[in-house]
Amino acid sequence: MVLSGAEIVIRCLQEEKVEYVFGYPGGAVLYIYDALFQQEAVRHILVRHEQAAVHAADGYARSTERVGVALVTSGPGATNAVTGIATAFCDSIPMVIISGQVPTAAIGQDAFQEVDTVGITRPCVKHNFLVKDVRDIASTMKKAFYIARTGRPGPVLVDIPKDVSMHTCEFEYPKEISMRSYNPVVKGHSGQIKKAVQLLLEAKRPMIYSGGGVVLSNAAEQLTKLTRLLGYPITNTLMGLGGYPASDGQYLGMPGMHGTYEANMSMQFSDVLLAVGARFDDRVIGVPAHFAQELRKIIHIDIDPSSISKRVKVDVPIVGDIKEVLEEMIRQLESGEARPNPEALAAWWKQVDEWRSRNCMVYKNSDEIIKPQFVVQKLWEVTGGEAIITSDVGQHQMWAAQYYPFDKPRRWLNSGGLGTMGVGMPYAMGAKLAHPDMQVACVTGEASIQMNIQELSTCKQFRLPIKICNLNNRYLGMVRQWQQLFHGQRYSESYMDSLPDFAKLAESYGHVGFRIDKPCDVEGALREAFTTHKNDLVFLDFQVDQTENVYPMVQGGKGLTEMILSAEDL
Amino acid sequence: MRHVISLLIENESGALSRVSGLFSARGYNIESLTVAPTEDASMSRMTIVTTGSDDIIEQITKQLNKLIEVLKVVDISEAAHLERELMLVKVRATGKDREEIKRTADIFRARIIDVTDTSYVVELTGNQGKLDAFLSAIDPALILETVRSGVCGVGRGDRVLKL
Repeated sequence: MVLSGAEIVIRCLQEEKVEYVFGYPGGAVLYIYDALFQQEAVRHILVRHEQAAVHAADGYARSTERVGVALVTSGPGATNAVTGIATAFCDSIPMVIISGQVPTAAIGQDAFQEVDTVGITRPCVKHNFLVKDVRDIASTMKKAFYIARTGRPGPVLVDIPKDVSMHTCEFEYPKEISMRSYNPVVKGHSGQIKKAVQLLLEAKRPMIYSGGGVVLSNAAEQLTKLTRLLGYPITNTLMGLGGYPASDGQYLGMPGMHGTYEANMSMQFSDVLLAVGARFDDRVIGVPAHFAQELRKIIHIDIDPSSISKRVKVDVPIVGDIKEVLEEMIRQLESGEARPNPEALAAWWKQVDEWRSRNCMVYKNSDEIIKPQFVVQKLWEVTGGEAIITSDVGQHQMWAAQYYPFDKPRRWLNSGGLGTMGVGMPYAMGAKLAHPDMQVACVTGEASIQMNIQELSTCKQFRLPIKICNLNNRYLGMVRQWQQLFHGQRYSESYMDSLPDFAKLAESYGHVGFRIDKPCDVEGALREAFTTHKNDLVFLDFQVDQTENVYPMVQGGKGLTEMILSAEDL
Repeated sequence: MRHVISLLIENESGALSRVSGLFSARGYNIESLTVAPTEDASMSRMTIVTTGSDDIIEQITKQLNKLIEVLKVVDISEAAHLERELMLVKVRATGKDREEIKRTADIFRARIIDVTDTSYVVELTGNQGKLDAFLSAIDPALILETVRSGVCGVGRGDRVLKL
C-alpha cells in the first residue's frame, strides 16, 4: 500500500498499539497532524506546552508498562520538549518522541523554526534518528520502539523533515528488527548468581537495597518473594518505592538524604549489601568515601554494565534483566538446602529494630496550623493507600515519599534523577488517561505547580478528574530549608510573593477549587474531593506551616549516617 | 595512564559526534581520535587515545559500549599492539638547510613528497615518539606547518577486532 510519510508514522503508531499521543501541532508536523485527523485508533491529547506533552507521555509510561509517545513540531516545539526528554532519560523511562523538522533542502539554511534537534537532544536520549528518506520511516519507528523498551529503557527521538512526511512510498511494517550493534543482555551470568546466593546466605548483617530498576523490570513480585524467603531487611529508593510493600515488617523505609535512620544505618553497617536496580546515587549513599569506610561485600544486579562500579566498587556484579536474575536466585535458593543463619539474623534484626525504635519519622502535629506531613497522611487514609500519587520536586515530594507508604509498584511517579519541577500535573494526566478507574492525586507545592499550571486547560478539555494537593507554604521550601540550615538564614529569592488565589484560578478553568486553612478541615476537604467531586478536577490549596523542614536529613557532601533527625539536632 | 581504545561503529552520519560528545559530556580526555571506514564500508573503525585511572578507563569502555551504534570496543593497549601516526611537515628549505633537512629526513626514513625552490613537504610515519623526535631534530624556525593524523592502532598477532 502506497502511503505518505505522515500516514506511515501514524500506521506505525497503530502497529505499536499506541493509545495516546501527547502533542502540540506546528508547521513542520502539519502532514502528520493531517494523517492523525483521518483515523481514530490513536488518540491525540492536545497539551498547552510541549514540555507537558513529554511529561504526560512519560507519566503514562511510568504508570503502565508501555512506551509513552509525544509529538512536537520543529524549532521551539523541540526545544520545549528537551526538559521532558531529559527528565525521562534520567529515570530510564521508555518513550518515543516524534519531532518535525524543516524540509530536507532547508536543513542548515537557518530556516524558520529550524534547530539541530538531533544535536540538541543527543546527550539526553537513549538514541535519536534524523529520517532523510520516506522509505526509512517504518524501519526507524520500529527501531525506536525496540530501543526505547529494551535493555535499560529510555527516550528515543525521531526527527522527521516536513518533505519526508509528505513524500510517499510503499508501506510495510517490519515484523521483527535486529540490530547488529544493539543486543541487550537479558539473562544474568549463572556463576555470578551462584556466588551472590552463597554470599547472601553467609551474611551476618545482610541488607537489600532496591531501586527504580525493579519497577522498570516489573520485578516487584520476585523481589518480594526473594526478600521474604531470606527474611532480610529491605529499603526502596525514591525511584523504587512500591517495589516492596511498605506496610511489611521487613521494610525499613526509604534510604538516603531524606531516608529513615534505620535504612541508612542498615545500609552503612551491613556486611553484605544486595543492590537491585539501584545506582548508589549521591542522594542515596552520600559521599562514596564515607560509605566505603565500613567494609562490606556488595552484590549489584543491573541491566546496565556502566551503572556497576561507577561510584562504589562492587564485589559481585550481575548484568541482566532484574526479573530474570531474581527468578534464578529464588530457584537456586529453593532448590538448595542452605538457609540464612538464624542466630546471626536474629542479632542483626535486634540491632535494626533498635535503630527503628528511634521513630525518626515522628513530627510535631498542630491543631492551629496545617502540617504538610499531616495532609499526606490524610491523603493516604482517604485514598486507602490505593491511589496513584504524582509529585513535583521539593519538600512536598519528600513528604509524599515519606508519609504515603506504597505497597505496589507504578503508583508513585516523580522526577527522581533530573528533579524537574512542573512534572506533577502532566504525570497525573498521563496516569489518569492510562488508569481512568483509579484515583490519581498530584502532591505539589505552590512553586512547582506554577511551572506547568497551563495544563489545567488540558485537564478541562479531556475531562481528567485528578486531585491536586497543593502544599502551599509560600516558599520554595527546599531552597528555604537549605538557606536556613547552611546559608545563615539569608532567604535569597526563595519566597513566593503575589500568588494567585489557586481555588479561583482552578474555578476559572471550570474546575473545583478549595482553600483549606485549618487542620480540622483537611480530611473533610479530601473526602469531598474524592467522593462528591469524584468526576471533577479538584484543586486543594492547603495553607501549610511555612517553616516546616524535611527530616531526617543528610547534608549534601556528608556521609550517609551523619544525619539530622529533627529540628532538635540543629 | 595512557590508553589506546579501538572501536567499530556503524558508518552513519552523527556517529562521530556521539563518541566525541560522550567524552566531553563526561569530562574524559581525548588526546587523539582517528576514524575512517573499514574494508566493509558500513562500518568505521576509530582509534581513541585517552588518559585516565583504571576506574575511568573502565567507565569509558562501558559508556562507549552503551552507544547504540557502537559494535565493539577494545582497549588495545592492554596487550602487545602497534601504533602508527602519519605526519606531514612543511619546512622552509633554502641554502644550507636544504641539505640538512634532507639528511635528517633520511635518518628518520621520512620521504620528501613536495619540493619547491623554498620548501619541502616531509612525510613521516611512525609512533608518536618518533614523530616528536623528528620535530625536535629540526630547527623550529624552519617549520611552516605540521599536520598529524592522530594514532591508528592494531593488536599484534592473533588479537583481531572484527565483527
